[in-house]
Amino acid sequence: MSLMSLTAVELGKKIRAGEVSVTEAVKEALAQAEAKESSVHAYVSLNPDYALERAEQVQKQIADGTLTGPLAGVPVAIKDNMCTKGIKTTCSSRILENFVPPYSAQAVENLERAGAVIIGKTNMDEFAMGSTTETSAFGVTRNPWNLEHVPGGSSGGSCAAVAAEEVSFSLGSDTGGSIRQPSSFCGVTGIKPTYGTVSRYGLIAYGSSLDQIGPVAKDVTDCAAVLEAIASYDPKDSTSVKRDSYDFTGALQDDVKGLRIGIPRDYFGEGLNPEVKEAVLHVARVLEEKGAVAEEFDLSLVQYAIPAYYVIASAEASSNLARFDGVKYGYRTAEYTDLHNMYKKTRSEGFGPEVKRRIMLGSFVLSSGYYDAYYLKALRTKALIKQAFDRAFERFDMILAPAAPTTAPKLGESLSDPIQMYLGDIYTISVNLAGLPGITVPCGTDHSGLPIGAQLIGNCFEEKKILRAAYAFEQSKEYIRCPLSAADFSKQGGEEE
Amino acid sequence: MANVISDEMIEYVGILAKLELSDEEKEQAKQDMGRMLDYIDQLNELDTSGVEPMSHVFPVENVFREDVVTNGDDRDEMLANAPESKDGAFKVPKTVE
Amino acid sequence: MSREYETVIGLEVHVELATKTKIFCGCSTQFGGAPNTHTCPVCTGMPGSLPVLNKQVVEYAVAVGLATNCTINQHCKFDRKNYFYPDNPQNYQISQLYQPICVNGGIEIETERGKKIVGIHEIHMEEDAGKLVHDEWEDCSLVDFNRSGVPLIEIVSEPDMRSAEEVIAYLEKLRLIIQYLGASDCKLQEGSMRADVNLSVREAGTEAFGTRTEMKNLNSFKAIARAIEGEKRRQIELLEEGKTVIQETRRWDDNKEHSYAMRSKEDAKDYRYFPEPDLPPIHISDEWLMEIKARQPELRTEKLARYKEEYDIPEYDAKIITESKKMADIFEAATAICHKPKKVSNWLMVETMRLLKEQEMEAQDISFSPENLAKLIDLIDAGTINGTVGKEVFEAIFREDVDPVRYVEEKGLAAVNDEGALRAAVEKVVQENPQSVEDFHNGKKKAIGFLVGQTMKAMGGKANPQMVNQLLNEILSR
Repeated sequence: MSLMSLTAVELGKKIRAGEVSVTEAVKEALAQAEAKESSVHAYVSLNPDYALERAEQVQKQIADGTLTGPLAGVPVAIKDNMCTKGIKTTCSSRILENFVPPYSAQAVENLERAGAVIIGKTNMDEFAMGSTTETSAFGVTRNPWNLEHVPGGSSGGSCAAVAAEEVSFSLGSDTGGSIRQPSSFCGVTGIKPTYGTVSRYGLIAYGSSLDQIGPVAKDVTDCAAVLEAIASYDPKDSTSVKRDSYDFTGALQDDVKGLRIGIPRDYFGEGLNPEVKEAVLHVARVLEEKGAVAEEFDLSLVQYAIPAYYVIASAEASSNLARFDGVKYGYRTAEYTDLHNMYKKTRSEGFGPEVKRRIMLGSFVLSSGYYDAYYLKALRTKALIKQAFDRAFERFDMILAPAAPTTAPKLGESLSDPIQMYLGDIYTISVNLAGLPGITVPCGTDHSGLPIGAQLIGNCFEEKKILRAAYAFEQSKEYIRCPLSAADFSKQGGEEE
Repeated sequence: MANVISDEMIEYVGILAKLELSDEEKEQAKQDMGRMLDYIDQLNELDTSGVEPMSHVFPVENVFREDVVTNGDDRDEMLANAPESKDGAFKVPKTVE
Repeated sequence: MSREYETVIGLEVHVELATKTKIFCGCSTQFGGAPNTHTCPVCTGMPGSLPVLNKQVVEYAVAVGLATNCTINQHCKFDRKNYFYPDNPQNYQISQLYQPICVNGGIEIETERGKKIVGIHEIHMEEDAGKLVHDEWEDCSLVDFNRSGVPLIEIVSEPDMRSAEEVIAYLEKLRLIIQYLGASDCKLQEGSMRADVNLSVREAGTEAFGTRTEMKNLNSFKAIARAIEGEKRRQIELLEEGKTVIQETRRWDDNKEHSYAMRSKEDAKDYRYFPEPDLPPIHISDEWLMEIKARQPELRTEKLARYKEEYDIPEYDAKIITESKKMADIFEAATAICHKPKKVSNWLMVETMRLLKEQEMEAQDISFSPENLAKLIDLIDAGTINGTVGKEVFEAIFREDVDPVRYVEEKGLAAVNDEGALRAAVEKVVQENPQSVEDFHNGKKKAIGFLVGQTMKAMGGKANPQMVNQLLNEILSR
């Protein structure tokens, strides 16, 4: 078994105990990537030189007692929409293909301060716009469970890299489900924290009012440990929230006695794959056996979350992506007649179809004469959705939901019908609109062996509750490795050398 | 499709968004936007009268910094990614005033 | 011209605030500096960067709002204004549309036609753009983001002005208020105060407004006055010819005294404003508002009253001195040191004003320290130098802010108070000018003036005039 088959916390323990050196861990991550990337393609770029150099520094800091945390020396992969100083950051877009940020995102900096070693940058839907990682300008990422299928998105690369055991854990970002849905498709655990918990400074914005960075890992323990490392109050992010406590690992208790779990009927009706439904409801039964109380209720307004989301996210995106114009960084078209021609050609050549689609929609809904009818209407709907959750959390400690209506679709099946693709985000999107935390935990597989994830949604600032329930559920089952990881790739990689 | 997007509208939005679409892309964009707006029009079923538009989800207010210089001269770093630069400045096609 | 027309003018005045740092990042706002040396990821629009609001900007905006009788919107927020231009790094400007910080104010102006109130529709906070320079050698433009993110307030007046004279009076009043508050130096030439003029004409006596144009690029009061006259003429000519005025933005060319339409197909003027998601709203509590109110400095009207009361100087003097905050500051500081308000006032009213005019400077450009002026006054009063030498020393103070004590010493300008030396000089002058002595004895008392002058000349201007007079009287009456 590879060192990358261990959880981050397990590997960290071995490193601190001196059983494994940081360099060995990093080399193993690089070897796993080399062996599996040709089939998975989770990374946009790997940074072996940087990683090996960092490994030595971190090793020294562990030796001299500077670094004592659980993630010291553990390899990590970062979604390519987070700025990494001196390391190319592309958002999987041609328009940023040569962008080397002069600074690191606060979350990345926090992680590096905790001693994690960045192996590379992971593939994603271009500017996080998509649910399959197929809109990347640098090729699709494949689902390690079945290479014919998508890993989900937009954090598809981050989730696939963890599932394929190419890296110990990764960071993703979630604007409408982009951590929770691919975590479900790839059989890994991912958490989207409460809005404002992890600094957005250095996260290349898609929908600023919805974006949150979060961990993707093999289990709940890793998720809690990583969240503890990356969460911080950041004066550089005005929407950052000062939390009373950042002790997320303290929540890891196999005790759900008395927890009230709401099961929204409107999440389990039409459109939900029966196998997914069964697997998710099984989670409720397990938690009930452990003393939790589950009860069905009507959340309401579910069908309005997606249209409201696409108005808000597209509007913000149309403005956030205006800065990519060929002047300060990134791609500039080769030939142009004047300034506006340069803008238009640069952007038309630099952005892919899905990004253009959302920029067009966003520009339209904000344009003169439509602002009230679309944008303000969406913001009012958002207020109502938030109220619906507020009412639910008066009765329940958390809400149990699917992370996606199906398991991972086949490559090439989704992009032809955008609205159908958008509908796949129905269980995740309202969580972003309301700023709530949500965690996806693997809870089974379908008839073809593709993983299914269950989502636990908490009230704002109540990550600890959902972490505790997810942890308790996780104790009831074994971690299922994907077939690709189960096959001994490190050995295969060795033979090729 | 209830929302029919005209050629002029696509042209206009293209100017706002600084995107130049091919004829084929324009046709596609008209279709996509029309369908998307039809879908979004579902929101009209909702009575939102009297509901305040919510742009910030938490009631956070007054996040300030003090008026203290914290940054030095990082010009070279700011210019390092520029497609074209000259004399310490970003170079762009001539702007007409 | 067959019909009578009335000009209707409203102004949009942009003022750069005197903060040390930019509105959303910790970069310096210092003027000058090589291109892009005051920049960071925030003010160059780097991907992933986020704005954080400078608290001082809010305080200055509120201070200006209070001083211009505005209602302060205690709940206000920022919006994004979207448009593409290379001096705008994010291709959106963070500004305020829906809930500006100050609304419904107004200030009183006075012209030859009397007093009137010019209404202020709103004041909002926003960020300045960078600077575009057209390259001299290549067919390209260069972008410098040093000014990008410098805080601005935009003061939008009601269309209450009817002439260039009123516009200038309004701008001067506004400038004085803001300078008194210390919120900006308001220099038109350097662009820290900029005015866009919205102008329309209508037939005298009608109620409805005509179609207005907006004029930009006005960087002196004179240019503003000329632009108003020019645009008024242009619009009236159009109407007289039976044509219509088009609502548009025009750029004034002060050399050609003509305005040009700024139009482009790519310029849709649809700014797609929406609430800035990266900045939480601002709540100015009653307590905070009271704090800012309590800190408001004394404005001109209060100062005028106090000067008459406290310093007993003529109203005329007080008016001139308080026309500039800088002048008033020097007056108060120098008086605090030498306790001779009338003398300080005289130096400011006469010599300072003369030199400012001569050098084509404005009062705010004064660079000498009140300490040196106070020292000069004391030197003269002590008889160390005489008044004539005093003027010479003051010129040096005005130019280079020299220390008068050291200057007088170094240049050997001290008055000769040595009785022996003076007596010798007077004796000599009396001997050499028997005619004048005779005239004096014949009752022509004026002749003594000539003798004093001759003595002063002999002493190189440094003689103590009182002593010379005294000695002459003594010697002549022997």
